[in-house]
Amino acid sequence: MTGTVVTITSGKGGVGKTTAVANIAVALASEGQKVVCIDGDIGLRNLDVIMGLENRIVYDIVDVVEGRCRTRQAMIRDKRLPELFLIPAAQTRDKNAVSPSDMVRLCDELRGEVDWILIDSPAGIERGFRNAVAPADRVLIVTNPEMSAVRDADRVIGLLEAEEKPAPSLIINRLNPSMVRRGDMLSVDDVYDLLRIDVIGIVPEDENVIVASNRGTPLALDGKSKAGQAFRNIARRLNGEQVPFIDLESQSLWDRLARLAGRK
Amino acid sequence: MAESSLVQIKGIRDGLLVSLGEAAWPVAQRALLERIESQPEFFKGARLSLDVGAQALRAADLTALRDELSERGITLWAVVSTSPVTENTAQLLGLATRLFKPSPQRQSLSRASDRNVSPAKGLDDETALWVSKTLRSGTRIEYDGHVVVFGDVNPGAEIIAGGSVIVWGRLRGFVHAGARGNRQAVVCALDLSPTQLRVADEIAIPPRRSGKPQPEVVRLKDGLLQAEPWQPS
Repeated sequence: MTGTVVTITSGKGGVGKTTAVANIAVALASEGQKVVCIDGDIGLRNLDVIMGLENRIVYDIVDVVEGRCRTRQAMIRDKRLPELFLIPAAQTRDKNAVSPSDMVRLCDELRGEVDWILIDSPAGIERGFRNAVAPADRVLIVTNPEMSAVRDADRVIGLLEAEEKPAPSLIINRLNPSMVRRGDMLSVDDVYDLLRIDVIGIVPEDENVIVASNRGTPLALDGKSKAGQAFRNIARRLNGEQVPFIDLESQSLWDRLARLAGRK
Repeated sequence: MAESSLVQIKGIRDGLLVSLGEAAWPVAQRALLERIESQPEFFKGARLSLDVGAQALRAADLTALRDELSERGITLWAVVSTSPVTENTAQLLGLATRLFKPSPQRQSLSRASDRNVSPAKGLDDETALWVSKTLRSGTRIEYDGHVVVFGDVNPGAEIIAGGSVIVWGRLRGFVHAGARGNRQAVVCALDLSPTQLRVADEIAIPPRRSGKPQPEVVRLKDGLLQAEPWQPS
Protein backbone atom coordinates (compact mmCIF):
# COMPACT_ATOMS: atom_id res chain seq x y z
CA MET A 1 0.00 0.00 0.00
CA THR A 2 1.35 3.46 -0.83
CA GLY A 3 -0.83 6.12 0.63
CA THR A 4 -1.27 9.53 -0.94
CA VAL A 5 -0.59 12.58 1.21
CA VAL A 6 -3.17 15.32 0.64
CA THR A 7 -2.72 18.67 2.37
CA ILE A 8 -5.69 21.00 2.74
CA THR A 9 -4.70 24.64 3.13
CA SER A 10 -6.01 28.13 2.36
CA GLY A 11 -3.88 31.02 3.57
CA LYS A 12 -6.90 32.75 5.10
CA GLY A 13 -8.45 31.44 8.30
CA GLY A 14 -12.07 30.44 8.75
CA VAL A 15 -12.77 29.38 5.18
CA GLY A 16 -13.53 25.76 6.10
CA LYS A 17 -10.25 23.81 5.91
CA THR A 18 -10.94 21.68 8.96
CA THR A 19 -14.52 21.01 7.91
CA ALA A 20 -13.26 19.97 4.48
CA VAL A 21 -10.67 17.60 5.96
CA ALA A 22 -13.20 15.95 8.28
CA ASN A 23 -15.79 15.52 5.54
CA ILE A 24 -13.44 14.29 2.83
CA ALA A 25 -11.88 11.85 5.31
CA VAL A 26 -15.31 10.52 6.32
CA ALA A 27 -16.34 10.21 2.67
CA LEU A 28 -13.17 8.31 1.71
CA ALA A 29 -13.43 6.03 4.73
CA SER A 30 -17.08 5.21 4.08
CA GLU A 31 -16.04 3.96 0.65
CA GLY A 32 -13.85 1.44 2.46
CA GLN A 33 -10.52 3.22 2.13
CA LYS A 34 -8.12 3.46 5.01
CA VAL A 35 -7.62 7.09 5.99
CA VAL A 36 -5.61 8.93 8.59
CA CYS A 37 -6.10 12.66 9.26
CA ILE A 38 -3.34 14.71 10.81
CA ASP A 39 -4.22 17.94 12.56
CA GLY A 40 -1.38 20.32 11.67
CA ASP A 41 -2.75 23.22 13.69
CA ILE A 42 -0.58 22.72 16.76
CA GLY A 43 -1.69 25.03 19.56
CA LEU A 44 -5.17 25.58 18.11
CA ARG A 45 -6.46 22.11 17.47
CA ASN A 46 -9.97 21.73 16.09
CA LEU A 47 -10.15 18.65 13.93
CA ASP A 48 -10.74 16.37 16.93
CA VAL A 49 -13.78 18.44 17.94
CA ILE A 50 -15.32 18.44 14.47
CA MET A 51 -14.81 14.68 14.23
CA GLY A 52 -16.22 14.19 17.72
CA LEU A 53 -13.07 12.46 19.03
CA GLU A 54 -11.88 15.05 21.52
CA ASN A 55 -12.39 12.90 24.61
CA ARG A 56 -10.37 9.99 23.23
CA ILE A 57 -7.05 11.80 22.88
CA VAL A 58 -4.17 10.24 24.80
CA TYR A 59 -1.12 11.02 22.65
CA ASP A 60 -0.71 13.70 19.99
CA ILE A 61 1.56 14.49 17.06
CA VAL A 62 4.20 16.16 19.22
CA ASP A 63 4.40 13.01 21.36
CA VAL A 64 5.03 11.01 18.17
CA VAL A 65 7.67 13.40 16.87
CA GLU A 66 9.45 13.63 20.21
CA GLY A 67 9.39 9.86 20.61
CA ARG A 68 7.12 9.59 23.65
CA CYS A 69 4.87 7.11 21.85
CA ARG A 70 4.70 5.03 18.70
CA THR A 71 2.76 6.42 15.74
CA ARG A 72 0.13 3.69 16.16
CA GLN A 73 -0.59 4.80 19.71
CA ALA A 74 -1.41 8.34 18.62
CA MET A 75 -3.84 7.18 15.91
CA ILE A 76 -7.34 7.50 17.32
CA ARG A 77 -9.85 5.22 15.64
CA ASP A 78 -13.10 6.92 14.61
CA LYS A 79 -16.18 5.83 16.56
CA ARG A 80 -18.27 5.26 13.42
CA LEU A 81 -15.85 4.24 10.69
CA PRO A 82 -13.26 1.59 11.62
CA GLU A 83 -10.98 2.56 8.72
CA LEU A 84 -10.69 6.22 9.78
CA PHE A 85 -8.00 7.51 12.16
CA LEU A 86 -6.97 10.86 13.57
CA ILE A 87 -3.58 12.01 14.79
CA PRO A 88 -4.49 15.06 16.86
CA ALA A 89 -2.43 18.21 17.30
CA ALA A 90 -0.98 19.19 20.66
CA GLN A 91 -2.92 21.96 22.32
CA THR A 92 -0.22 23.13 24.71
CA ARG A 93 2.68 23.58 22.27
CA ASP A 94 3.27 25.75 19.22
CA LYS A 95 4.07 25.20 15.54
CA ASN A 96 7.81 25.05 16.19
CA ALA A 97 7.42 21.79 18.09
CA VAL A 98 7.30 20.02 14.71
CA SER A 99 9.56 20.59 11.69
CA PRO A 100 8.93 20.01 7.97
CA SER A 101 11.32 17.04 8.02
CA ASP A 102 9.43 15.51 10.99
CA MET A 103 6.25 15.69 8.91
CA VAL A 104 7.94 14.04 5.93
CA ARG A 105 9.23 11.23 8.16
CA LEU A 106 5.84 10.70 9.81
CA CYS A 107 4.01 10.59 6.48
CA ASP A 108 6.57 8.21 4.96
CA GLU A 109 5.92 5.87 7.85
CA LEU A 110 2.13 6.12 7.41
CA ARG A 111 2.20 5.72 3.63
CA GLY A 112 2.87 2.01 4.04
CA GLU A 113 -0.20 1.51 6.22
CA VAL A 114 -3.04 3.59 4.79
CA ASP A 115 -4.53 4.72 1.46
CA TRP A 116 -4.91 8.39 2.34
CA ILE A 117 -3.15 10.78 4.67
CA LEU A 118 -5.06 14.05 4.96
CA ILE A 119 -3.27 16.96 6.60
CA ASP A 120 -5.23 19.88 8.02
CA SER A 121 -2.99 22.93 7.60
CA PRO A 122 -3.25 25.92 9.91
CA ALA A 123 -4.08 29.33 8.42
CA GLY A 124 -1.17 31.53 7.41
CA ILE A 125 1.96 30.94 5.37
CA GLU A 126 4.51 30.47 8.14
CA ARG A 127 5.99 27.43 9.87
CA GLY A 128 2.70 25.57 10.36
CA PHE A 129 1.86 25.91 6.68
CA ARG A 130 5.33 24.74 5.66
CA ASN A 131 5.05 21.75 8.00
CA ALA A 132 1.73 20.79 6.44
CA VAL A 133 2.87 21.21 2.85
CA ALA A 134 6.31 19.57 3.12
CA PRO A 135 5.15 15.94 2.71
CA ALA A 136 2.24 16.64 0.31
CA ASP A 137 1.68 14.68 -2.88
CA ARG A 138 -1.39 16.77 -3.58
CA VAL A 139 -2.56 20.09 -2.21
CA LEU A 140 -6.19 21.20 -2.02
CA ILE A 141 -6.76 24.90 -1.51
CA VAL A 142 -10.02 25.92 0.16
CA THR A 143 -11.39 29.35 -0.60
CA ASN A 144 -14.67 31.22 -0.21
CA PRO A 145 -16.23 33.27 -3.00
CA GLU A 146 -14.96 36.42 -1.36
CA MET A 147 -12.17 38.75 -2.51
CA SER A 148 -9.93 38.48 0.55
CA ALA A 149 -10.06 34.68 0.65
CA VAL A 150 -9.34 34.47 -3.08
CA ARG A 151 -6.40 36.85 -2.72
CA ASP A 152 -4.88 34.68 0.02
CA ALA A 153 -5.47 31.55 -2.04
CA ASP A 154 -3.56 33.21 -4.88
CA ARG A 155 -0.66 33.92 -2.53
CA VAL A 156 -0.57 30.30 -1.38
CA ILE A 157 -0.66 29.02 -4.97
CA GLY A 158 2.29 31.30 -5.73
CA LEU A 159 4.24 29.90 -2.76
CA LEU A 160 3.53 26.33 -3.83
CA GLU A 161 4.68 27.13 -7.37
CA ALA A 162 7.87 28.66 -6.00
CA GLU A 163 8.55 25.53 -3.95
CA GLU A 164 7.95 23.44 -7.06
CA LYS A 165 5.10 21.46 -5.50
CA PRO A 166 2.60 19.65 -7.75
CA ALA A 167 -0.18 21.90 -9.05
CA PRO A 168 -2.88 22.36 -6.39
CA SER A 169 -6.63 21.92 -6.85
CA LEU A 170 -9.32 24.28 -5.64
CA ILE A 171 -12.34 23.80 -3.37
CA ILE A 172 -14.76 26.70 -3.48
CA ASN A 173 -16.58 26.52 -0.18
CA ARG A 174 -19.74 28.30 1.03
CA LEU A 175 -21.09 29.32 -2.32
CA ASN A 176 -24.52 30.89 -2.02
CA PRO A 177 -26.22 30.44 -5.42
CA SER A 178 -28.94 33.02 -4.83
CA MET A 179 -26.38 35.67 -3.83
CA VAL A 180 -24.38 34.87 -6.95
CA ARG A 181 -27.54 35.28 -9.05
CA ARG A 182 -28.18 38.68 -7.51
CA GLY A 183 -24.60 39.66 -8.29
CA ASP A 184 -23.73 40.01 -4.59
CA MET A 185 -21.16 37.21 -4.48
CA LEU A 186 -18.24 36.19 -6.68
CA SER A 187 -19.26 33.37 -9.00
CA VAL A 188 -17.28 30.19 -9.60
CA ASP A 189 -16.20 31.78 -12.88
CA ASP A 190 -14.93 34.92 -11.15
CA VAL A 191 -12.84 32.84 -8.74
CA TYR A 192 -11.51 30.60 -11.49
CA ASP A 193 -10.73 33.63 -13.61
CA LEU A 194 -8.19 34.86 -11.05
CA LEU A 195 -6.74 31.62 -9.73
CA ARG A 196 -6.74 29.47 -12.87
CA ILE A 197 -6.23 26.13 -11.17
CA ASP A 198 -8.21 22.91 -11.46
CA VAL A 199 -11.51 23.07 -9.51
CA ILE A 200 -12.07 19.83 -7.58
CA GLY A 201 -15.17 20.83 -5.66
CA ILE A 202 -17.87 23.44 -5.17
CA VAL A 203 -19.60 23.31 -1.81
CA PRO A 204 -22.81 25.27 -1.26
CA GLU A 205 -23.34 27.26 1.90
CA ASP A 206 -25.29 25.09 4.34
CA GLU A 207 -26.20 25.88 7.93
CA ASN A 208 -26.18 22.17 8.73
CA VAL A 209 -22.38 22.34 8.55
CA ILE A 210 -22.34 24.30 11.79
CA VAL A 211 -24.83 21.98 13.47
CA ALA A 212 -22.75 19.00 12.35
CA SER A 213 -19.46 20.38 13.64
CA ASN A 214 -21.02 21.19 17.00
CA ARG A 215 -22.25 17.61 17.21
CA GLY A 216 -18.96 16.15 16.01
CA THR A 217 -20.63 14.23 13.19
CA PRO A 218 -19.34 15.40 9.79
CA LEU A 219 -22.09 16.07 7.25
CA ALA A 220 -20.71 13.69 4.66
CA LEU A 221 -21.96 10.87 6.94
CA ASP A 222 -25.60 11.55 6.12
CA GLY A 223 -27.07 11.33 2.68
CA LYS A 224 -29.33 14.34 2.49
CA SER A 225 -27.50 17.67 2.61
CA LYS A 226 -26.05 19.21 -0.54
CA ALA A 227 -22.84 20.23 1.22
CA GLY A 228 -22.32 16.65 2.37
CA GLN A 229 -22.94 15.45 -1.18
CA ALA A 230 -20.41 18.00 -2.49
CA PHE A 231 -17.75 16.71 -0.08
CA ARG A 232 -18.46 13.11 -1.07
CA ASN A 233 -18.00 14.13 -4.70
CA ILE A 234 -14.62 15.67 -3.87
CA ALA A 235 -13.56 12.38 -2.31
CA ARG A 236 -14.62 10.49 -5.43
CA ARG A 237 -12.73 12.95 -7.66
CA LEU A 238 -9.63 12.44 -5.50
CA ASN A 239 -10.00 8.77 -6.31
CA GLY A 240 -9.85 9.62 -9.99
CA GLU A 241 -13.58 9.30 -10.77
CA GLN A 242 -15.23 11.75 -13.14
CA VAL A 243 -18.15 13.16 -11.17
CA PRO A 244 -20.35 15.94 -12.55
CA PHE A 245 -20.75 19.03 -10.35
CA ILE A 246 -24.06 19.21 -8.44
CA ASP A 247 -26.77 21.41 -9.85
CA LEU A 248 -26.96 24.33 -7.44
CA GLU A 249 -30.45 25.31 -8.68
CA SER A 250 -29.70 27.96 -11.24
CA GLN A 251 -29.51 26.91 -14.86
CA SER A 252 -26.92 29.49 -15.82
CA LEU A 253 -24.63 28.47 -12.98
CA TRP A 254 -24.97 24.85 -14.01
CA ASP A 255 -23.86 25.76 -17.50
CA ARG A 256 -20.83 27.52 -16.09
CA LEU A 257 -19.92 24.60 -13.84
CA ALA A 258 -20.19 22.18 -16.73
CA ARG A 259 -17.91 24.43 -18.73
CA LEU A 260 -15.45 24.58 -15.84
CA ALA A 261 -15.34 20.82 -15.51
CA GLY A 262 -14.60 20.58 -19.21
CA ARG A 263 -11.71 23.02 -18.91
CA LYS A 264 -9.52 20.81 -16.76
CA MET B 1 39.26 25.98 1.87
CA ALA B 2 39.25 26.63 5.56
CA GLU B 3 35.79 26.80 7.07
CA SER B 4 36.38 30.21 8.64
CA SER B 5 37.07 31.91 5.33
CA LEU B 6 33.97 30.36 3.76
CA VAL B 7 31.58 31.95 6.21
CA GLN B 8 31.85 35.64 7.04
CA ILE B 9 29.43 37.12 9.54
CA LYS B 10 28.66 40.75 10.08
CA GLY B 11 26.02 42.59 12.09
CA ILE B 12 23.81 44.94 10.06
CA ARG B 13 20.77 47.03 10.85
CA ASP B 14 18.38 44.24 9.91
CA GLY B 15 20.13 41.41 11.76
CA LEU B 16 23.06 39.31 10.63
CA LEU B 17 24.61 39.33 7.19
CA VAL B 18 26.37 36.10 6.30
CA SER B 19 28.59 36.04 3.23
CA LEU B 20 29.43 32.63 1.84
CA GLY B 21 32.68 32.24 -0.07
CA GLU B 22 33.13 30.60 -3.44
CA ALA B 23 32.63 26.87 -2.96
CA ALA B 24 30.24 24.22 -4.20
CA TRP B 25 26.83 24.88 -2.67
CA PRO B 26 26.67 21.73 -0.50
CA VAL B 27 30.10 22.62 0.96
CA ALA B 28 29.15 26.24 1.60
CA GLN B 29 25.83 25.25 3.14
CA ARG B 30 27.48 22.67 5.40
CA ALA B 31 30.08 25.22 6.49
CA LEU B 32 27.30 27.64 7.43
CA LEU B 33 25.36 25.04 9.42
CA GLU B 34 28.51 23.90 11.21
CA ARG B 35 29.31 27.47 12.11
CA ILE B 36 25.81 27.91 13.51
CA GLU B 37 26.03 24.68 15.47
CA SER B 38 29.30 25.82 17.06
CA GLN B 39 27.54 28.89 18.53
CA PRO B 40 23.84 28.00 18.81
CA GLU B 41 23.18 30.65 21.48
CA PHE B 42 24.59 33.43 19.32
CA PHE B 43 22.39 32.52 16.36
CA LYS B 44 19.16 31.59 18.13
CA GLY B 45 16.31 33.91 17.12
CA ALA B 46 18.47 35.74 14.57
CA ARG B 47 17.21 37.36 11.39
CA LEU B 48 19.66 36.26 8.77
CA SER B 49 20.45 37.67 5.37
CA LEU B 50 22.67 35.66 3.13
CA ASP B 51 25.08 36.83 0.44
CA VAL B 52 25.71 33.82 -1.80
CA GLY B 53 27.82 35.60 -4.42
CA ALA B 54 27.36 34.12 -7.86
CA GLN B 55 25.83 30.79 -6.76
CA ALA B 56 22.87 29.82 -8.97
CA LEU B 57 20.33 28.37 -6.54
CA ARG B 58 16.99 26.73 -7.29
CA ALA B 59 13.90 26.71 -5.11
CA ALA B 60 14.78 23.29 -3.67
CA ASP B 61 18.20 24.56 -2.45
CA LEU B 62 16.83 27.67 -0.81
CA THR B 63 13.78 26.05 0.77
CA ALA B 64 15.98 23.27 2.19
CA LEU B 65 18.35 25.81 3.73
CA ARG B 66 15.47 27.96 4.99
CA ASP B 67 13.93 24.92 6.72
CA GLU B 68 17.31 23.89 8.18
CA LEU B 69 17.74 27.39 9.57
CA SER B 70 14.19 27.55 10.83
CA GLU B 71 14.76 24.30 12.76
CA ARG B 72 17.62 26.09 14.52
CA GLY B 73 15.40 29.06 15.39
CA ILE B 74 16.84 31.32 12.68
CA THR B 75 14.73 33.30 10.21
CA LEU B 76 16.11 33.64 6.70
CA TRP B 77 14.67 36.87 5.31
CA ALA B 78 16.99 37.95 2.52
CA VAL B 79 19.23 36.36 -0.08
CA VAL B 80 21.57 38.59 -2.02
CA SER B 81 23.21 37.27 -5.14
CA THR B 82 24.70 38.39 -8.41
CA SER B 83 23.10 35.40 -10.10
CA PRO B 84 19.75 36.24 -11.75
CA VAL B 85 18.62 32.64 -11.16
CA THR B 86 19.13 32.92 -7.42
CA GLU B 87 17.59 36.38 -7.30
CA ASN B 88 14.53 35.12 -9.13
CA THR B 89 14.23 32.09 -6.82
CA ALA B 90 14.51 34.28 -3.73
CA GLN B 91 11.85 36.66 -5.00
CA LEU B 92 9.49 33.80 -5.76
CA LEU B 93 9.96 32.49 -2.22
CA GLY B 94 9.11 35.89 -0.81
CA LEU B 95 12.63 36.62 0.42
CA ALA B 96 14.13 40.09 0.15
CA THR B 97 16.90 40.53 -2.41
CA ARG B 98 18.05 44.03 -1.46
CA LEU B 99 19.31 44.74 2.02
CA PHE B 100 18.32 48.37 2.30
CA LYS B 101 15.09 49.52 0.81
CA PRO B 102 14.72 53.28 0.87
CA SER B 103 11.25 54.81 0.69
CA PRO B 104 10.07 55.72 -2.83
CA GLN B 105 10.66 59.48 -2.39
CA ARG B 106 14.14 59.08 -0.99
CA GLN B 107 14.92 56.56 -3.65
CA SER B 108 14.15 58.84 -6.57
CA LEU B 109 15.87 61.82 -4.93
CA SER B 110 19.04 60.06 -3.90
CA ARG B 111 19.25 58.13 -7.14
CA ALA B 112 18.85 61.25 -9.25
CA SER B 113 21.47 63.27 -7.41
CA ASP B 114 23.95 60.75 -6.01
CA ARG B 115 24.11 58.35 -8.85
CA ASN B 116 24.09 60.92 -11.57
CA VAL B 117 21.30 59.32 -13.55
CA SER B 118 19.64 62.12 -15.40
CA PRO B 119 15.91 61.57 -15.68
CA ALA B 120 15.57 62.71 -19.29
CA LYS B 121 18.47 60.72 -20.63
CA GLY B 122 16.37 57.79 -21.83
CA LEU B 123 17.02 54.14 -21.28
CA ASP B 124 20.60 53.51 -20.34
CA ASP B 125 20.02 49.88 -19.84
CA GLU B 126 18.29 48.09 -22.69
CA THR B 127 18.21 44.67 -21.07
CA ALA B 128 14.87 43.10 -20.24
CA LEU B 129 13.70 40.39 -17.87
CA TRP B 130 11.41 37.81 -19.44
CA VAL B 131 8.80 36.38 -17.06
CA SER B 132 6.70 33.69 -18.70
CA LYS B 133 4.19 32.98 -15.97
CA THR B 134 1.39 34.57 -14.04
CA LEU B 135 2.64 36.59 -11.08
CA ARG B 136 0.50 35.73 -8.10
CA SER B 137 -0.17 37.73 -4.95
CA GLY B 138 2.98 38.20 -2.86
CA THR B 139 5.43 37.90 -5.76
CA ARG B 140 7.76 40.85 -6.16
CA ILE B 141 9.94 41.33 -9.21
CA GLU B 142 12.65 43.98 -9.01
CA TYR B 143 14.79 44.58 -12.05
CA ASP B 144 16.95 47.43 -13.27
CA GLY B 145 16.02 47.07 -16.94
CA HIS B 146 12.66 46.41 -18.59
CA VAL B 147 10.27 43.69 -17.52
CA VAL B 148 8.12 41.67 -19.91
CA VAL B 149 5.44 39.42 -18.42
CA PHE B 150 3.85 36.76 -20.54
CA GLY B 151 0.92 36.03 -18.22
CA ASP B 152 -1.19 37.96 -15.73
CA VAL B 153 -0.08 40.18 -12.88
CA ASN B 154 -2.56 39.38 -10.12
CA PRO B 155 -3.64 41.75 -7.34
CA GLY B 156 -1.01 41.70 -4.60
CA ALA B 157 1.90 41.10 -7.01
CA GLU B 158 4.49 43.86 -7.53
CA ILE B 159 6.83 44.76 -10.36
CA ILE B 160 9.50 47.41 -9.82
CA ALA B 161 11.45 48.09 -13.00
CA GLY B 162 14.15 50.58 -13.91
CA GLY B 163 12.71 50.70 -17.42
CA SER B 164 9.33 49.92 -18.96
CA VAL B 165 6.90 47.14 -18.16
CA ILE B 166 4.92 45.19 -20.73
CA VAL B 167 2.26 42.73 -19.64
CA TRP B 168 0.89 40.38 -22.24
CA GLY B 169 -2.11 39.53 -20.12
CA ARG B 170 -4.11 41.20 -17.39
CA LEU B 171 -2.41 43.72 -15.16
CA ARG B 172 -4.23 43.87 -11.82
CA GLY B 173 -1.35 44.22 -9.40
CA PHE B 174 1.14 47.02 -8.68
CA VAL B 175 3.67 48.31 -11.20
CA HIS B 176 6.40 50.90 -10.78
CA ALA B 177 8.14 51.65 -14.07
CA GLY B 178 11.13 53.96 -14.31
CA ALA B 179 11.76 53.35 -10.62
CA ARG B 180 15.13 55.12 -10.75
CA GLY B 181 13.64 58.26 -12.14
CA ASN B 182 13.29 57.42 -15.83
CA ARG B 183 10.29 59.51 -16.94
CA GLN B 184 10.29 58.00 -20.45
CA ALA B 185 9.29 54.58 -19.12
CA VAL B 186 5.90 53.22 -20.17
CA VAL B 187 3.55 50.53 -18.90
CA CYS B 188 1.42 48.56 -21.31
CA ALA B 189 -0.96 45.68 -20.86
CA LEU B 190 -3.65 43.88 -22.79
CA ASP B 191 -6.04 44.56 -19.94
CA LEU B 192 -4.88 47.44 -17.81
CA SER B 193 -6.62 47.50 -14.44
CA PRO B 194 -3.81 47.80 -11.88
CA THR B 195 -4.24 48.43 -8.15
CA GLN B 196 -1.79 51.29 -8.49
CA LEU B 197 0.65 52.50 -11.14
CA ARG B 198 3.83 54.52 -10.80
CA VAL B 199 6.12 55.93 -13.43
CA ALA B 200 9.24 57.58 -12.01
CA ASP B 201 7.86 59.52 -9.01
CA GLU B 202 4.30 59.97 -10.29
CA ILE B 203 1.56 57.86 -8.78
CA ALA B 204 -1.84 57.07 -10.27
CA ILE B 205 -4.77 55.04 -9.03
CA PRO B 206 -6.70 54.11 -12.13
CA PRO B 207 -10.50 54.37 -12.02
CA ARG B 208 -12.51 51.17 -12.04
CA ARG B 209 -13.70 50.49 -15.53
CA SER B 210 -16.21 48.15 -17.04
CA GLY B 211 -16.81 46.86 -20.52
CA LYS B 212 -14.54 44.97 -22.83
CA PRO B 213 -10.86 45.35 -21.96
CA GLN B 214 -8.53 46.73 -24.62
CA PRO B 215 -4.75 47.05 -24.83
CA GLU B 216 -3.51 50.32 -23.36
CA VAL B 217 -0.26 52.22 -22.89
CA VAL B 218 0.41 54.45 -19.90
CA ARG B 219 3.03 57.19 -20.14
CA LEU B 220 3.88 60.46 -18.48
CA LYS B 221 2.49 63.46 -20.34
CA ASP B 222 2.75 66.99 -18.94
CA GLY B 223 3.61 65.57 -15.55
CA LEU B 224 0.52 63.35 -15.45
CA LEU B 225 0.10 59.64 -16.01
CA GLN B 226 -2.17 59.10 -18.98
CA ALA B 227 -3.57 55.90 -20.43
CA GLU B 228 -4.17 55.64 -24.16
CA PRO B 229 -5.84 52.75 -25.92
CA TRP B 230 -3.61 51.00 -28.41
CA GLN B 231 -4.69 51.62 -32.01
CA PRO B 232 -3.50 49.64 -34.99
CA SER B 233 -1.93 52.20 -37.26
